[in-house]
Amino acid sequence: MIGYIPRKFTVIRDNDLCTNCGGCVSQCANECHSINAEKNRVLTNSNNCVACHRCVDMCPVSALRIEKYICDYRNNANWTPEYQQEIVRQANTGSTLLSAMGNPKPYPIYWDKILLNASQVTNPSIDPLREPMEIRTILGRKPDKIEIEKKGKSLTKMPPQIILETPIMFSAMSFGSISLNAQKALAMAAKELGTIFNTGEGGLHPDLESFGKYAAVQVASGRFGVHKGYLNNCRFIEIKIGQGAKPGIGGHLPGEKVNVEVSNARMIPEGSDAISPAPHHDIYSIEDLRQLIWSLKQATDATKPVAVKIAAVHNIAAIASGCARAGADIVVIDGFRGGTGAAPTRIRDNVGIPIELALAAADQRLRDEGIRSTISLVASGSFRCSSDIVKAIALGADACYVASAPLIAMGCHMCHTCNTGKCNWGIATQKPELTKRLNPNMAQKRIENLVNAWNHEIKEIMGGMGINAIDSLRGNRLMLRGIGLTNKELEILGIIHAGE
Amino acid sequence: MIEAGLRRYEKINDEIKSFLTKNNKCTVKDVNGQRYIGCALDEGKTIEIYGTPGNDMACYLNGGKIIVYGNCQDAVGNTMNGGEIIVHGHSGDAMGYGMRDGQIYIKDKVACRGGIHMKEFRDMRPVLVIGQNAGSFLGEYMAGGTIVILGLNLKRGEKLFGTHCASGMHGGRIFVRGSFPKENLSDNIKIEKLNKDDEKELKAYVKKYCKYFGADFETVMSKPFRKLVPATSRPYANLYTPN
Repeated sequence: MIGYIPRKFTVIRDNDLCTNCGGCVSQCANECHSINAEKNRVLTNSNNCVACHRCVDMCPVSALRIEKYICDYRNNANWTPEYQQEIVRQANTGSTLLSAMGNPKPYPIYWDKILLNASQVTNPSIDPLREPMEIRTILGRKPDKIEIEKKGKSLTKMPPQIILETPIMFSAMSFGSISLNAQKALAMAAKELGTIFNTGEGGLHPDLESFGKYAAVQVASGRFGVHKGYLNNCRFIEIKIGQGAKPGIGGHLPGEKVNVEVSNARMIPEGSDAISPAPHHDIYSIEDLRQLIWSLKQATDATKPVAVKIAAVHNIAAIASGCARAGADIVVIDGFRGGTGAAPTRIRDNVGIPIELALAAADQRLRDEGIRSTISLVASGSFRCSSDIVKAIALGADACYVASAPLIAMGCHMCHTCNTGKCNWGIATQKPELTKRLNPNMAQKRIENLVNAWNHEIKEIMGGMGINAIDSLRGNRLMLRGIGLTNKELEILGIIHAGE
Repeated sequence: MIEAGLRRYEKINDEIKSFLTKNNKCTVKDVNGQRYIGCALDEGKTIEIYGTPGNDMACYLNGGKIIVYGNCQDAVGNTMNGGEIIVHGHSGDAMGYGMRDGQIYIKDKVACRGGIHMKEFRDMRPVLVIGQNAGSFLGEYMAGGTIVILGLNLKRGEKLFGTHCASGMHGGRIFVRGSFPKENLSDNIKIEKLNKDDEKELKAYVKKYCKYFGADFETVMSKPFRKLVPATSRPYANLYTPN
């Protein structure tokens, strides 16, 4: 048959163990499992399997396992099965390829080519278990200078600041792209951890209004759910210009996902497509960005810091500088490995640059221009562990945004099919029978565990360097060494090679 | 009354805000391009503007009323959530961007991208009435609400709207009066006759327009109206295939 695409996985059922209880049948939204009434047996059709592991995890007798399905093609380093299958898919449909989660291609991951320092003999290391260690992070615009009166009181009015108890924040995931239970878990965890979650461009659901103090509210091109109350019920406002997973591309929440609850938060009719245009139609220049920033400040009586989120692209340093000069209090840079609920495959896999290079370049440019200290810089776009975060802070970030990591903490198995809306873990779906699988309190606890563990690891790494405050780590590139990098890469990262 | 003159917008908007804490109506004279006047103005408050207000006038308008005796610049009623804007003149680009509720009446012309991404929600139904004509991309991405475009006082050769009208429109309706350039309509748009409900709705808006700007209702209604609606509410339904 023309148009055949081999399946990706095979579900292996150990018939000696399987009791034919049918649990897997009810667990799989992709309908891989079924009951054959005649034979009174559970059967498996692996064609729809996405390797989300829900059935494997839930099987009470551990009778299931998932294996890569291999249907060999003739070896060809250029025409890999992946490219051939994508062509078949497009010949079948005439459509744009759509993928989810971050860029999976084997581009260099610079975090893995940067090594951290530790103290020996001089400047002794510090033990965070027994000595104070400061990871409190303060974001917001800082004045150029502070005037102090005789008694030592500051005469300078400070712009609004955001005090976080960790440099880790939860990046934008809209209610629509993820379930309300998932967003609730993030909101509750943000409150407990002293950090913030980000609404994405999905508005703030009435159930989460009481979490405004722990929310960053996004203003994106579709302006969904944006009104005076929303802008004033938050810790800061984030203008989304770009997203690392799909720079230059808007968003498109299909009508199927706009149920009653999503429609209430976004303030659009049920079942209608929620289209976020690629550009903001009131921003055609850096001056226009300034106009939007100051309109938000006008709408909030300048009580809320305004962040501008941009995707890491070529010329990122100049763009970040432009945003800072346009009045952004916080500049967020999202690297090309950043996740997404859905992005055109070609864009996700080919557009943008790694956060490591973008962050280092932007930080350096802002320093060169003498304005780095006036704004906060937030890095985003794939932090897999605490040492990635330490490296980002040493490269110049004030704080880091994470999203995939807390999703994995609450059950995500990275099956890369968020766009189908059939998330068996109840995270990236709006189907009530699936969303109820995610217990927000349990998910909250798991996210808290993760961030608390990372916080401690960050303190431990800092202590090893002989540093007891995260402010002393920020932009401290002497703590970094490159391994296996070219001179150009080292130059952009602003670090020297290991051994030097 | 506040004299704007050539002072910075921050100052003027602070003065307006503080004046409106004790009063319900504020008149601002000699306005010269100052931005954000009436930003997020609440219900029950009115601002009268003489001169030319700057960009983002009445952005996030929250139920308040703004009357302009003059022309407006870009992004009037940006992301507005409710209220009313009456402009005795022209308006610039991206007017009513993302507006969710409320009504805007423009006596004369509107530049490019008027009513872009207007949307509606439950009983929130935004309305945009344009007396003369509109530039390109009128009603782009339109997801809800109503645009009325009357074509009054058009000069010979002037068209009712520019190119790419209603591009990506997937909701709402545009009422057009008299002849209009079909060649400027986007592919996904259907032209329909007005039904009884449409007629009723349209008359209410036209009546208001005539009241505000002194036009004659019967004369305006004497020409036939047509309704532009999207052929499908899901113009991009088959754009993507899961990979």
